[in-house]
Amino acid sequence: MKRLFAIIRVALRALRRNLMRTLLTMLGIIIGVTAVIGMVSIGTGARVQVEQQIAALGQNVVMIMAGNMSRGGMFSGMGGAPTLTLDDAVALRKEVDGVAYMSPEVRGNVQLVAGNLNWNASVMGVSHEYLDLRAWPLAEGDFFTEEDINGAARKVVLGQTTAKKLFEDASPIGATVRVKGIPFTVVGLLSAKGSNMMGQDQDDVALVPHTTAMRRLFGQNFLRSINVSATDASSIENVTTQISELLRQRHRILPGRDDDFMIRSQAEITEFATSTAKTMTGLLGAIAGVSLLVGGIGIMNIMLVSVTERTREIGIRLAVGARKRDIMRQFLTEAVLLSIVGGLIGIGVGMGVSSALAAQFNWPTLTPSYAIVGSFAFSAVIGIFFGYYPARKAAQLDPIEALRYE
Amino acid sequence: MKPVIEIVDLHRIYNTGATPVHAVRGISLRVMPGEFVAIMGASGSGKSTLMNTLGCLDRPTRGIYRIDGTNVAALDSDALAAIRNHKIGFVFQGFNLLSRTTALENVELPMLYAHPPLPGDEMRRRALRSLGQVGLANRADHVPNQLSGGQQQRVAIARALVLGPSLLLADEPTGNLDTRTSIEIMGVFQKLNDAGMTVVMVTHELDVARFARRIIIMRDGRIRRDDVVNPRLTSAEELARVAAEEQAADLVS
Repeated sequence: MKRLFAIIRVALRALRRNLMRTLLTMLGIIIGVTAVIGMVSIGTGARVQVEQQIAALGQNVVMIMAGNMSRGGMFSGMGGAPTLTLDDAVALRKEVDGVAYMSPEVRGNVQLVAGNLNWNASVMGVSHEYLDLRAWPLAEGDFFTEEDINGAARKVVLGQTTAKKLFEDASPIGATVRVKGIPFTVVGLLSAKGSNMMGQDQDDVALVPHTTAMRRLFGQNFLRSINVSATDASSIENVTTQISELLRQRHRILPGRDDDFMIRSQAEITEFATSTAKTMTGLLGAIAGVSLLVGGIGIMNIMLVSVTERTREIGIRLAVGARKRDIMRQFLTEAVLLSIVGGLIGIGVGMGVSSALAAQFNWPTLTPSYAIVGSFAFSAVIGIFFGYYPARKAAQLDPIEALRYE
Repeated sequence: MKPVIEIVDLHRIYNTGATPVHAVRGISLRVMPGEFVAIMGASGSGKSTLMNTLGCLDRPTRGIYRIDGTNVAALDSDALAAIRNHKIGFVFQGFNLLSRTTALENVELPMLYAHPPLPGDEMRRRALRSLGQVGLANRADHVPNQLSGGQQQRVAIARALVLGPSLLLADEPTGNLDTRTSIEIMGVFQKLNDAGMTVVMVTHELDVARFARRIIIMRDGRIRRDDVVNPRLTSAEELARVAAEEQAADLVS
């Protein structure tokens, strides 16, 4: 241990002797590690944000969208075909095993009026299980019940944004809101959910019983989508298969024909979104890794120069009793010190840069601990790898020739 | 008494070029403790090769070399390094100090490679004592280019002495020094020798060789002569003579 300190002291002295060169050599590693830390922080931050947004959809959610409809060559867009019915939803709830919650969904942008204020919000017709399905707690009041659904009650639950537009800071509970001219009683206020992946404000909504929405507001007998949540993650696949079979049977789709609906599980969405982010992180990390490698080559280059310059010093050390391995150790220590000190500075600068980006541009950066440990270890490995050859060259010098070297 | 150096029929052949070079062709030599030997010879006489072998920097092609009874030919490079570390003290023509490193740290250098390792304060204590032996205790924190040639060579001698070697090997120790400083350095060697240190020195100057007790003349890889020095020069007398000459020539007042 004492010997190790002595070796480090000697190495530090040698590095201090040519401070400018030492700093420039380290700069390669510093830039490399900064790049790695910065890139991984940005990538990871983006991924975590996407994951959070997807998690906000609810637990183990499976969405069944009505299919495309084309009429005279015009496509209506997903959910536009009148193929999903309330009966499908009821059958699905009754016959598919492993369904925890189910909510049909219809929606439309509708004018809401309260007192002398008005607002155009996305009004969604959903079931009494909708909030459980999306793991979305209420801030105030109550949600509508199964009786409200059956009775097509004129009750509405407002999102935060909608409530603010219609009632400003006052509590909306118990107040009356006219939706498409029909008076509804506000029974609940949703907690804030923020924006979704597309940047839409999820709080700019008003929830009403789907029966009320279909009969009184939109006058339609088909659904935009059915949302289902599986009891646990492992049963998602089973639930998806059952739904698919049930709907094909109910819609009388012959084998070999395409579905007139589309099933998307949350897991698929998550996978897609995060795999994109992962690919980006990997790509950026790889580019940064290359610059780290270039930094390592810089170290090797300088160490080779150093060995040549200090040939006589090596000769003196050998003459006074240094063994080959002492010389080897000394030069290796110098190379590793260069790379790990560079690495540590790089980690510091990288974290500084990523938090500066977070503060300046509001980017969701996150420096994962594996990136810190990994880049520290990698820079140490680079020091050993690129320091080994010069150190070996130093250790293999013949003492007589080294002493005679001018 | 056991000899410090015992060489029997030593050969050294270099096979690096097209034709092998037979640098040392059968030397036998004994140096007893307390001797002061000067080895002389023209360039190509094999004295440098002999010196490298004596210093355990090189191994004989054939023959036996025992230092303090240890046969060097049988040792690997680590064991040779250990011998160089604690049995031999080197003094070179070009001083060979580490630049931008203080006298004290230069003297500490061999102790960095000592086994078992010495504690830091012990290293410092020994280095200071060694510098005191050559009269440079007050220059411990000077770096080589703040010291004169003679002082640099004294630091080198202090470095050679620091681990208490059995043998002090000097290769042209006065080659880079003026007459007066050369005499002073010879004075240091004589003082050490009087205290019992075995000294072997290579030189091509007869004036310098005459400070030793014994002169060995080499030619063509063999020993031609091996004489006791008589009359022997002493540094005190020589310094007085040089001072008188300088005064006569009005070099000093």
